[in-house]
Amino acid sequence: MNIIIVGCGKVGYTLVEQLGGENHDITVIDEIEDKVHSITDELDAMGIIGNGVSYQTLLQAGIKKAHLLIAVTGSDEQNLLCCAVAKRAGNCRTIARVRNPIYYREIEFLRKELGITMIINPEMTSANEISRIFQFPSAVKIDTFSKGRIELLHFRVTKKCLLNNYELIHIRTTLKCNVLVCMVNRNDEVIIPRGGDFVFHEGDMVAIIAVPTEANAFFRKIGIGSIPVHTAMIVGGGTIGYYLARRLLSVGIATKIIEQDPDRCEHLSEMLPKATVICGNGTDQKLLLEEGLDKVDGFAALTGLDEENILLSLFAKKNSQAKVVTKINRINFSGVIDDLNLDSITYPRLLTADTIIKYARSLNNASLDSNVENLYKLEEGKAEALEFSIKEESVVTNTPLVDLRIKKNILVCCITRGNQVIIPGGQDELHVGDSVVVVLTNERLHNIRDILEA
Amino acid sequence: MNFSIVSYILSWILRFEAGFLLLPAFVGFLYGEGRAAVSYVGTALLCFLLGILLNRWKHSHFQLYAREGFTSVALGWIVISLFGAIPFVTTGDIPNYIDALFETISGFTTTGASILPAVEPLTHAGLFWRSFTHWIGGMGVFVFIMSVLPLMGGSTMNLMKAESPGPSVGKLVPKVKDTAKILYEIYIVITLLEIVLLCAFGMKLFDSMTITFGTVGTGGFGVLNDSLGSYSPAQQIIVTIFMILSGINYSFYFCLIMRQFKDAFSMEEVRWYLGIILGAAAIIILDIHDMYQSIGETIRHAFFQVGSIITTTGFSTVDFDLWPQLSKTVLVILMFIGACAGSTGGGIKVSRILLLFKSIGKELSLMIHPRLVKRIKMDDRNVGDEVLRSTFVYIAVYCVILFTSLLLIGVDELDFTTNFTAVAATLNNIGPGLEMVGPTQNFAVYSGFSKLVLMFDMLAGRLELFPMLIILVPSCWKKY
Repeated sequence: MNIIIVGCGKVGYTLVEQLGGENHDITVIDEIEDKVHSITDELDAMGIIGNGVSYQTLLQAGIKKAHLLIAVTGSDEQNLLCCAVAKRAGNCRTIARVRNPIYYREIEFLRKELGITMIINPEMTSANEISRIFQFPSAVKIDTFSKGRIELLHFRVTKKCLLNNYELIHIRTTLKCNVLVCMVNRNDEVIIPRGGDFVFHEGDMVAIIAVPTEANAFFRKIGIGSIPVHTAMIVGGGTIGYYLARRLLSVGIATKIIEQDPDRCEHLSEMLPKATVICGNGTDQKLLLEEGLDKVDGFAALTGLDEENILLSLFAKKNSQAKVVTKINRINFSGVIDDLNLDSITYPRLLTADTIIKYARSLNNASLDSNVENLYKLEEGKAEALEFSIKEESVVTNTPLVDLRIKKNILVCCITRGNQVIIPGGQDELHVGDSVVVVLTNERLHNIRDILEA
Repeated sequence: MNFSIVSYILSWILRFEAGFLLLPAFVGFLYGEGRAAVSYVGTALLCFLLGILLNRWKHSHFQLYAREGFTSVALGWIVISLFGAIPFVTTGDIPNYIDALFETISGFTTTGASILPAVEPLTHAGLFWRSFTHWIGGMGVFVFIMSVLPLMGGSTMNLMKAESPGPSVGKLVPKVKDTAKILYEIYIVITLLEIVLLCAFGMKLFDSMTITFGTVGTGGFGVLNDSLGSYSPAQQIIVTIFMILSGINYSFYFCLIMRQFKDAFSMEEVRWYLGIILGAAAIIILDIHDMYQSIGETIRHAFFQVGSIITTTGFSTVDFDLWPQLSKTVLVILMFIGACAGSTGGGIKVSRILLLFKSIGKELSLMIHPRLVKRIKMDDRNVGDEVLRSTFVYIAVYCVILFTSLLLIGVDELDFTTNFTAVAATLNNIGPGLEMVGPTQNFAVYSGFSKLVLMFDMLAGRLELFPMLIILVPSCWKKY
């Protein structure tokens, strides 16, 4: 695909980095020469210096032959206008990033009237992810597939957890839990456990698929079940904080926001009458304790400073049993941060890029006439989840999975039949019309038949 | 310095050279030159085995930073020349290895300066290899490898930057690989076109191929002792046209292919380049009009020589060393101007000269209106400060290398014109100079040491100076 990306900031860079590896022809546009060069010098993309709203600049970037334009400059207005111009200049699909809540409220109207294919709000996406984490407090991270119907829950095996030195087979036989272990990330290596003799170790990051009730029961049984979140504290009343509070309040979680700026506090309390808004410095330990940090079930550090968020989270972990979520926007030390043993970390920048890339991939797959409906990168690209829809009878259909000679490192982890989500065991079969999610490492599949050994 | 990635790239260079060497082996086989064929096949095998061996070095990661890019390119060109020289020695064409190396570097860098007093006694395989090195070196070894290999993502731009001539290297299309492919496609089309035309006008296939390699690569090795002097006028005219075409920026051709005719013909650099050719030819025609019988012959020789020198090819139809002083001076100035950026030619490049003059103009206006604000533009686009700075630095470094080389080869105590034009002809990748290194003479007069200096100049000139200098900086070789 020919993709034009307007705006060479952090998200722009991440997008080029990820999409460039997938054989797309990418052209980037930015007004600042240095920013363009920072991308073209390191990544395989062509750079154009100019304003992305300008018709001339877009022509120069090849808008006539582009399939997709992504506008991720710092300004909402510029992004929207750029997409509107591009739509008329080249009739391509367009994605705009819009952050301002005022515009976002009218997003459907804007989207339709301006002919934009997709509008992303990174703050909203992050808030959704955090609220999902609060709903499954035992999980560290949650990936969703199939328009949110399937949830992949990640959790870490701790010392006191029952799974430590536990064999995989016993989950079904002894614990009688209907959950499917999809992946284990051990020392930065992704293993897809197949066969019952796999043994868990302390420190493994395990990803499972299960229906929500089963999942919470499973977490309780293995001894890492946390209490469901009833009260939450948010430090930092920025845009993410606002969206998160709104969402949490709507599902009945009592929410307290701590924000430094008095004007912002006024504004927040106006928009969120049910929330408790505290005006004060979030790094003041006494204030946090005074406001009951030790008694909350959920804690989110969402200030503008990454370092502050990390310290706040460490403090909260030390002083409470709460599920802690840390927002990290700028710094790129994921290897080090992972070692700090924070509960959950959310990277709004990566989330934005992820959402866009998912969309670009589905576009690309549709155009390539491959059977892959959707492709999700997992564990920083070390593993992939592919979604196939089965359109015709073949060697893999109507045979129990246990009888198929499926390749190593591939796992059929979910079957969607009609409205029913099946977590497959050895006796389940694939049928025409099913949608199947397959998890795999280091390989590319183009057809569901490729899962079998040659 | 990440040695493993450099060795990985060098291993590919060697394997590609093994492939290239099979062509002259085949030619030797066709002409029944058994020893030559065996020499070339043997060298090819040696390169291939060494390439395999080098590739066994574990490379931990594929990140290619600017430093590795520059070093790989410089080392790659040195390695390819070192091995390319071996068959000249083993076939007995050039028994001395230093001489053979000079000839090979002169070939790959598309210089065309020779140490051979006569080329006709050489084997056909040797003549073919000599000219074929021009063709490989013209567009670039690394550009070729990049167009074929699925080599490491975007950081390969660092390789392309180090090898492609010009102040700012741009891409034609988003992907480095596709850009390299397009460049080679254009290159191949021009090559085939010239071979066909020369054959159509009665040249032997072998001659037309070798002459074409020398023309489109802007090299200048011929297969006859008098370069192109004994070919028919029609053939000389064809070569003149193709020399001038090869000196044009390849993005001009890309614009033509994309049907952006307005963009193509409004390229300032190309206009100036053609303008300079016309102007220089006009001066020379006036200057030499009484030396030849007909006006047609005068025009033909003048254009041939101007085209040959400005594109840094270095063919000759006549001994221009016998021309009057004014004409010789014009030719020496053309040597320094060189062809367009992004072409296969060498020299300082027309676009750098243009930027230089525009900057001089700006400085002068600044003296008259001290508060004047003025951006320098090229093709109606602002030229960034970074590009200007690198242009000035380039010209400064160019002068440093020029005068240092002049001093170093001064130890041979040859006359000044010879030394000056010898350095100019090698640093600008032209080939022949004046006086004792004139078109009918050769570089054999120099000592081994001076030849090494001139070899360095040729490589530096082809690789835009910096890669060759970087490998001389000790801190470049430190681990971090």
